[in-house]
Amino acid sequence: MTPDAPYEIRSAPAGQAEQQTPAHVQQGQPAIIIEGLCKKFGTHIVLDHFNLTVGKEENVVILGRSGVGKSVLIKCIVGLLRPDSGRILVFGKNIPDLDHEEIDRVRAKVGFLFQSNALYDSMTVRANLEFPLRRHWIAIDQKEIDEMVQEVLDNVGLGHTADMMPEELSGGMRKRIALARTLILKPEIILYDEPTTGLDPVTGREISRLIVEMQKKYHTASMIISHDMGCVKTTADRVALLIDGKCYTEGTYDALKRSNDKNIAQFFE
Amino acid sequence: MASTSKFQAFLTETGDIARFTGRYFVQGVRPRFEIGELLRQCFLIGYNSFPLVGLTGFIMGLVLTMQLRPSLVDYGVESQLPVMVGVAIVREIGPVITALIFAGKIASSMGAELGSMKVTEQIDAMEVSGTNPFKYLVVTRVAASTLMLPILVILGDTIALLGSFIGVNIRANTSFTLFFRQIVNSFNFGDVLPAYIKTYFFGFAVGIIGCYKGYYSKKGTEGVGRAANSAVVMSSILIFIIDLIAVQITDLLGIN
Ligand SMILES: Nc1ncnc2c1ncn2[C@@H]1O[C@H](COP(=O)(O)OP(=O)(O)O)[C@@H](O)[C@H]1O
Ligand SMILES: [Mg+2]
Repeated sequence: MTPDAPYEIRSAPAGQAEQQTPAHVQQGQPAIIIEGLCKKFGTHIVLDHFNLTVGKEENVVILGRSGVGKSVLIKCIVGLLRPDSGRILVFGKNIPDLDHEEIDRVRAKVGFLFQSNALYDSMTVRANLEFPLRRHWIAIDQKEIDEMVQEVLDNVGLGHTADMMPEELSGGMRKRIALARTLILKPEIILYDEPTTGLDPVTGREISRLIVEMQKKYHTASMIISHDMGCVKTTADRVALLIDGKCYTEGTYDALKRSNDKNIAQFFE
Repeated sequence: MASTSKFQAFLTETGDIARFTGRYFVQGVRPRFEIGELLRQCFLIGYNSFPLVGLTGFIMGLVLTMQLRPSLVDYGVESQLPVMVGVAIVREIGPVITALIFAGKIASSMGAELGSMKVTEQIDAMEVSGTNPFKYLVVTRVAASTLMLPILVILGDTIALLGSFIGVNIRANTSFTLFFRQIVNSFNFGDVLPAYIKTYFFGFAVGIIGCYKGYYSKKGTEGVGRAANSAVVMSSILIFIIDLIAVQITDLLGIN
């Protein structure tokens, strides 16, 4: 039996390494990998073997008609919804497998901008921004917290609003505050759910530019849900088209714009 | 058929509430604790419900005294009026009425507040920033209502006895000290302690139901209204059920 021993010793670590981290994670190090994601509500199939990869510091726009399941998709990524099957790797960790505490640790690094902004309406802007900070023990003393709050507020261009209540702000300002609230935890990934929907075109353009600006400043990967083509053009490094629960196609804005496929062209009319 | 599914829904909800309660204990003992928020909730709960508790307690004491007097006069035991009223208030009427008022005020406001946070995705926003909304919103509120109701009951009982003192003095003339000494002397351990302990359970029930209904509120404005409404109905029923169980237990233990 002795001659076999060196074989066993040599092969065991190699096999283990293969199991621990898939090869494509080690090499390309994408921020998000979605593989075969399925989600249905009752008999209504929303996502059907959806695949997508988002690279580090890449802006990917998810384009799709209303009700096609775009929000369901990003809610699965942060664990607000549980997929029926498939894998969602965020920083190499499969979200559906994680327990409460592990998922909270991942969530601290993933910003999520709700379509409705979801600002805490009983708190001032300052308290809204401090809320996640205090609960993650990122800054301990008040001076540090004040500095971080002021920094993100200045970054989104609303340095003077710290002591206002959310209801006193306009739609565009609320969106900026919501963005500031996700930026304050210095996320590595930000998920935007229709960031320009419900805003006037001018404000929408400002928000789109702000998204790009913040992405450059904070070096985040982003997934942006949108059907506002102005926003898509400004923000997208890559566009993924969600049709019938699948990633119908993906490519740059310009490449998709040139396409003759009816399903693609309808978005660019 | 319809009644079977209603019964099933009842069982499902009971299971969900039990799980919610379990989660409360698991999260409640785990550090770090939201002390600041707990104190703020205690203050808000006390501040919001004390005027109502005080007013109803006063009227209850006064009316009960005036209603009891004729019967006691018939039996010639009018002098026992303070004792009768005192026992009735401290053992049963005080805790239950206060808890019902509390349920109406607090369970509904918890249901509505958490419900509207749910439908405007504020709870989800806390969840996705990894900040454990259950601990911040639910644990603090349930703990605050568990701690505050017993205090409110003591205050409510005291005010009710004051009302009763005034009720006695409408027709007769008793001194303040004599009135209270008569009541306190008539009390024993079995009158006060079980009545006091059960108020913690009342407070806990109101907190759990109010938070549960709000936290799992259905989307839409109607969902919030329904959460607030069913929080009051369910916690009020639960108060009577706990009261029923409490009296059986004290009976079994022989402390009465
Ligand atoms: N919690 C839920 N329960 C049942 N159905 C849902 C739920 N969330 C979303 N859906 C359904 O999933 C589909 C996709 O919704 P959504 O992702 O919000 O669309 P959109 O692409 O416009 O963001 C819709 O048909 C919606 O009815
Ligand atoms: Mg949506």
